Amino acid sequence: MAAIATPQPTKTPKPKTNHRTIAAAISIVPGMGQLYNKQFLKGATFFIVVLSYFLVNFELFFKGAGNGPGDRGAIWGLITLGEVAGVRGDHSIFLMVEGIIALILLVFGIAIYVWNFIDAYRIGKLRDLELEVPSLKMQLRNFRDNGFPYAMLIPSLVLLVFTVVLPLIFTFLIAFTNYKFNNSPPAKLVDWIGIQNFLNIFTVDIFRDTFVSVLGWTLVWTVASTTGVIAIGIGLAVLLNQKGLKGKRFFRSILILSWAVPAFITILIFRSMFNETFGVFNTTLLPAIGLDSGVEWMTDPTYTRLALIGIQWWLGFPYIMTLTTGILQSIPEDLYEAATIDGATSGEKFRLITLPMILFATAPILITQYTFNFNNFNIIYLFNNGGPAVPGQSAGGTDILISWIYKLSLGSNPQYGFAAAITLVLSFFIMTIAVIQFKRSKSFKDEDMI
Amino acid sequence: MRKQNRINMALSYLILTIASIIIVYPLLWVVGTSLNPGKSITSDIFPSNPTLIHYFDLFDATQTDYGMWYLNTIKIAVITMVVSVALITLTGYIFSRYRFVGRKNSLILFLVLQMVPQFVAIIAIYVLLNMLQLFDTHLALILLYAGGAIPMNTYLAKGYFDTIPKELDEAARMDGAGHLRIFWQIILPLAKPMVAVIALFNFMAPFNDFILASLVLRSPEKQTLAVGLYNMVSEQFDNNFTLFAAGAVLSAVPIVLLFFAFQRFFVSGLTAGGTKG
Repeated sequence: MAAIATPQPTKTPKPKTNHRTIAAAISIVPGMGQLYNKQFLKGATFFIVVLSYFLVNFELFFKGAGNGPGDRGAIWGLITLGEVAGVRGDHSIFLMVEGIIALILLVFGIAIYVWNFIDAYRIGKLRDLELEVPSLKMQLRNFRDNGFPYAMLIPSLVLLVFTVVLPLIFTFLIAFTNYKFNNSPPAKLVDWIGIQNFLNIFTVDIFRDTFVSVLGWTLVWTVASTTGVIAIGIGLAVLLNQKGLKGKRFFRSILILSWAVPAFITILIFRSMFNETFGVFNTTLLPAIGLDSGVEWMTDPTYTRLALIGIQWWLGFPYIMTLTTGILQSIPEDLYEAATIDGATSGEKFRLITLPMILFATAPILITQYTFNFNNFNIIYLFNNGGPAVPGQSAGGTDILISWIYKLSLGSNPQYGFAAAITLVLSFFIMTIAVIQFKRSKSFKDEDMI
Repeated sequence: MRKQNRINMALSYLILTIASIIIVYPLLWVVGTSLNPGKSITSDIFPSNPTLIHYFDLFDATQTDYGMWYLNTIKIAVITMVVSVALITLTGYIFSRYRFVGRKNSLILFLVLQMVPQFVAIIAIYVLLNMLQLFDTHLALILLYAGGAIPMNTYLAKGYFDTIPKELDEAARMDGAGHLRIFWQIILPLAKPMVAVIALFNFMAPFNDFILASLVLRSPEKQTLAVGLYNMVSEQFDNNFTLFAAGAVLSAVPIVLLFFAFQRFFVSGLTAGGTKG
């Protein structure tokens, strides 16, 4: 498209006609430009599509979908979030969703409208340059070929917009409102309150204390659990890959079991094993090696944390082990032979050849392991519901950000606006890690993007 | 040197054996418990008088809805898998083979979206489902799983398709094959390992997901295994532990079998798509 739109003044004489400007200008009424270009069928299509789009959405934009007696359309709704409180009044949250959907629809509508201008201008230009205007048949074929990728992407994109993008935009907006259980429609109106929720993280004592300790534990948890998983995974892979070791397949099949069994089941099994009164750790295993049997796994935060990190090591290492095995098998043998001739010990070979090769090849995956554990809701919640409870805090002793958000959203007395603000903070952390990863990721740079 | 080597080997076997015991112990323990006659938790891995009674009890509707949960999970898993594989392979193919306006921005959007887990937006999902009256339906859960899988899995698929030479498509195009025919008859058959990985991932997701299932599904008879088993162990812990153990074993067995059956594809597909894309 760009190639056609760029004039080449040196080669082409200045056209005598100015069909392109006229066609584009009268396209204010959609389809008129095409009509002017004598493309009747296309003009009619544009006219009908834009007109029907406008008619269908007119009501949503300017009259509203009836979410309250004073509903004056989606745009009004998004700005005011309703004006009449009460059960029969305006429903602020529905108005907000309506507003977001209207905005998305508006973007699509504008895109079609703009396309109408561009198309009229392009054809007008071809006429100005006295070039052949593509026939209807050719245009249909072009449309089919160029439109193919878009047509095929529509189902995925629509689903993605409604299940992922729309909820994220919605969460983003909620973070700037005073939406909470005690202040929720239909009984009450929700209002925009700017960045008050973000300020509350740092100014309201209970929130600040909770936030600081939850964030601290989230970081400790992420680093300790992931680094352990990586170290164990690489270590076992190297052990398993030694020449002359017998029973490789046997050991590998056993070790990979902890990946094969669904994690939620294993976590629930561990939850039972760590039970303070009945669990096998306290009744059998610890006494067997002569240790105290009264460890408070579920009521002392320190022990719960240790147990969680240990369980994640158990769960996570086979993935790294499998990846590493693949890489180990691709390291050329001559590297090691040359090192042996130079008199390197096996420790030096591991430190200078094996480890750098593994870390280099798996770096992007290792980083996603950190983000995975940063958001590892399942293990935290299923093991001990984020507990034990801590006095003076609104989160438990092992709650990480994501499980705290869950409690803030669905627990007793939910604080939706505040939870959404924490979600944005969490997303900010993940995005930062993501940016670091993509800057380093070679495959993204190599990607032949247009 | 030789002696050193022998010590090294002995140490390796020792470490691997200890690791294997640590992995196997909890699993053996739960199998043993499920075969134990009583109802409460024990440390008896090899019960003296094993019984399968708890496995039969699982399907006794007066005791638990386990059979229901199992059917629900299988149903959701199969539909999610089919929908996701269809959408993801097609989307990956388009991004791998076509150059169109908006491609780069879509890819960047996908990269960002795969970083932020879908469930951070629980409040929004909750409200939206309420508005659309999709609360407490399996359809809502399937749509959420399928939609949430798109960004990350599309990258895996695209990365794998990129490794299939484009000359193949061009040759087929010369012979008059259309867009979809190339996808169906050339690309998909060559990408079997990747399709297997995506299918398995999406089949397993509903088995493992707790957060979305607990948010969307409210009626006891609509629940999935993850939520059902969690409630079982958190609400009536010691009264019925052997029943839970039997339920856990029975839920894990098909997944473990699938895992080992697909393991070959799994590893090759994962490393190829993972390091490339």
